[in-house]
Amino acid sequence: MRYLQGILQIRCCPDHIREIAVIEFKINDKEVKAREGWTILETAKEYGIDIPTLCHHPAVAPTGSCRLCMVELREGDWSKLVASCIYPVKKGITIYTETPKVHNVRRWILEMLLASCPASEEIRELAQKHGVISTRFSVHDPNQKCLICGLCQRVCEEVVGLSAIAVLDRGVHKKVGAPFLRPTDICVGCGSCVTICPTDAMQEIFDTVRGKPELPLSQLA
Amino acid sequence: MHNQSSALQQGPCRLESLDDLNKFREQLERNIDPDHPEIVVCHGTGCLASGGEAVSNAIQATLDASGIKAKVIPGIKTTGCQGFCSRGPLVLIRPQGIFYQRVKPKDVGEIIEKTIVQGEIINRLLYKDPQTGEKIIHEEEIPFYKYQDRKVLHNIGKIDPTNLYDSIMAGGYQALAKALTTMTPEQVVQEVELSGLRGRGGAGFPAGRKWRSALLAIEKKGRPVYVVVNGDEGDPGAFMDRTIMEGDPHAVLEGLILGAYALGATEGFLYVRAEYPLAIKHLGIAMEQARAHGLLGKNILNSGFSFDVRINRGAGAFVCGESTALFTSIEGKPGNPKPKYVRSVEEGLWGRPTVLNNVETWANIPLIIDKGGDWYKKIGVSHSTGTKVFSLVGKVNNVGLVEVPMGLPLSDIVEKIGGGVPGGAPFKAVQTGGPSGGCIPYSLKDTAVDFDSLTEAGSMMGSGAMIVMDDTDCVVDLARYFLRFLEEESCGKCMPCRFGLSRMREILDGFSEGRGTQADIDDLISLSKAIQDGALCALGSSAPNPVLTTIRYFKEEYLAHLEDQNCPAGVCKALITFQIDPEACNGCTSCARKCPVGCISGGKKEPHTISADECIKCGICKESCKFDAVRII
Repeated sequence: MRYLQGILQIRCCPDHIREIAVIEFKINDKEVKAREGWTILETAKEYGIDIPTLCHHPAVAPTGSCRLCMVELREGDWSKLVASCIYPVKKGITIYTETPKVHNVRRWILEMLLASCPASEEIRELAQKHGVISTRFSVHDPNQKCLICGLCQRVCEEVVGLSAIAVLDRGVHKKVGAPFLRPTDICVGCGSCVTICPTDAMQEIFDTVRGKPELPLSQLA
Repeated sequence: MHNQSSALQQGPCRLESLDDLNKFREQLERNIDPDHPEIVVCHGTGCLASGGEAVSNAIQATLDASGIKAKVIPGIKTTGCQGFCSRGPLVLIRPQGIFYQRVKPKDVGEIIEKTIVQGEIINRLLYKDPQTGEKIIHEEEIPFYKYQDRKVLHNIGKIDPTNLYDSIMAGGYQALAKALTTMTPEQVVQEVELSGLRGRGGAGFPAGRKWRSALLAIEKKGRPVYVVVNGDEGDPGAFMDRTIMEGDPHAVLEGLILGAYALGATEGFLYVRAEYPLAIKHLGIAMEQARAHGLLGKNILNSGFSFDVRINRGAGAFVCGESTALFTSIEGKPGNPKPKYVRSVEEGLWGRPTVLNNVETWANIPLIIDKGGDWYKKIGVSHSTGTKVFSLVGKVNNVGLVEVPMGLPLSDIVEKIGGGVPGGAPFKAVQTGGPSGGCIPYSLKDTAVDFDSLTEAGSMMGSGAMIVMDDTDCVVDLARYFLRFLEEESCGKCMPCRFGLSRMREILDGFSEGRGTQADIDDLISLSKAIQDGALCALGSSAPNPVLTTIRYFKEEYLAHLEDQNCPAGVCKALITFQIDPEACNGCTSCARKCPVGCISGGKKEPHTISADECIKCGICKESCKFDAVRII
């Protein structure tokens, strides 16, 4: 293995050398190296820099929906927040993971999650870790655990290769369930959605997805 | 080659060159008698709603039934929106240019008999200037039109939008023929760059620069490239794009074809919201007509350039006006935005380079190509060139569509063109840019209306909706209204937007019920910042603007809600009570009869009283009182 001028050379077998472009940039003023195509989050994990996430899982494509992984991208006086789980690394960028702007977004999301998913132990622990122990908002459903991150739907579609779960409706009415809210028999009961769920919410939703279908798909053909 | 002289009689004929188009236009013009009277009836959505169709049917029936044809042969023409919606249905008599407003079917007989046959003017149907009290005969003398500079809207209200020949006579497709005959695609891009045209959809990104970046992306990735019209106008109170699509669909189409030529696109999309059926119908007719005449489709004007377009109907989601959500919607997926770290000019529709521009932006392109970028640059101000169409709504005398050069002071638009607030009081604030925009108070009435000045004031140009408010509008209620709208319209994908907007609305609900605190104001500002920084797309990141600007300019009104438990505008129901002034009340019983809960008591010719416990604060008593005896306290 040899590293020269931004190119990593790896001898994968006696006759071949693979060349991989290496991107150098800074996280929290520290020089880091990443492979081309990596995201900021992947690089940070490699260097042991902690960035909170809920909707991210390496098994599925990132969608940037929970926004807990926001980090600050700075260029001189100008700065903006980007979702580190999807922002591709670029040469020479400077990233900060703990700034007032980042903390403000994180704090409000956690505080709102505490009120919207009050039954989730995982969210309570995550919030506590980031110093959020109470919420100013009222609780509408004390049993709610699901934050509608969409991991269950993505793992079903991308990994299992089925679409037994859907994220339905929009805005405040958004929810997770069977496609068109009709229990489906295409679910094979593999349990991937239950495993990937960051808050254990899928355990209960699962039954609504897999209920006995009104009309078995086999009869539709 | 087809036979030019009989082109009109033969119906559809393919035009094969610029020459062909010119000859065809001259022939069309020869068939028009300049003294031939023409009765123009506005068929924009506003006038249709106030009975425009009944008026045009009545005119047609009267003309058919009467023997007038022998003396004069008037033609009746239905057009798109003339803009002066509050005065509809509008009828215009050409060539004299006589402007009749609020015309009813029963007036039609008189119009034909007096104005068309005898050339007399019917005084009662004329527009009366509310400021001078003077009756105005001609369209161009009415202040609403006089101070406007109609460039994009120049054909609207003049041409029949379902008639290609009308459009061609008004100069339609000249720019396209010019570009295909005498300009290279590169020259078209240069002309748009030179014009300084900025996207009319909201953010104001320079169109030329967008096109240039697309060309660079094409160099890297190759074709296909797509051109898309964003006709998913959804801001409450905005109807500029609808009017352009309904009233001059060929201009939008021509602009799009020019863009396709400049970028080498062979396929384009018109994304129009399904709530605009008339726009979809007119665009569909325009596309068919253009195809039949060789202006769209294979080998346009025999130039070797082929391009076609299809209409995609939006299924009623506001968020689909956001570029990435619009693309996923066209692709057939749920209209959720995608993170935009790669720009859509590089990776748009199906991952291909895509140029998406708003309806009004596309409609500007033919003007720029026809008259030159240099000509266009001279209109407006240096960083915001050209004109902008605004829909002027709310507490303003002349509700309607106006087009003005960029950089005009806000007060000119609201007061000179809009005729000010009914009753003559100064306006309280103007909400520009729809739910993503902000509130500009009267003290900033001289703010120049251009992209940068509005942003500086904390608002934005947005698509161009202008909602005028007076002192009976509560800013807390306004902020709540927009949050409630966005809460429903958010796609719900990202947490700051899905949770944040409804939580902000909950805090504002507290204010309108008198439960707000000083800490709530600080929390609103802090949460707004978190949503601006954290939301995934522009819907979320601009959603706090109405809250932030109302706090910035009307903080005292928020404070009144919490400190004095008072809504100064008399809107927030929990903080107001209706009372009858016994001195002003003469006991006419009008309010008592109309009260839906029957909580007003009092004998005839005796002062009435409202039972505060039962009152639901609907305000019907106040509206019905002719003596202004009902007070809000």
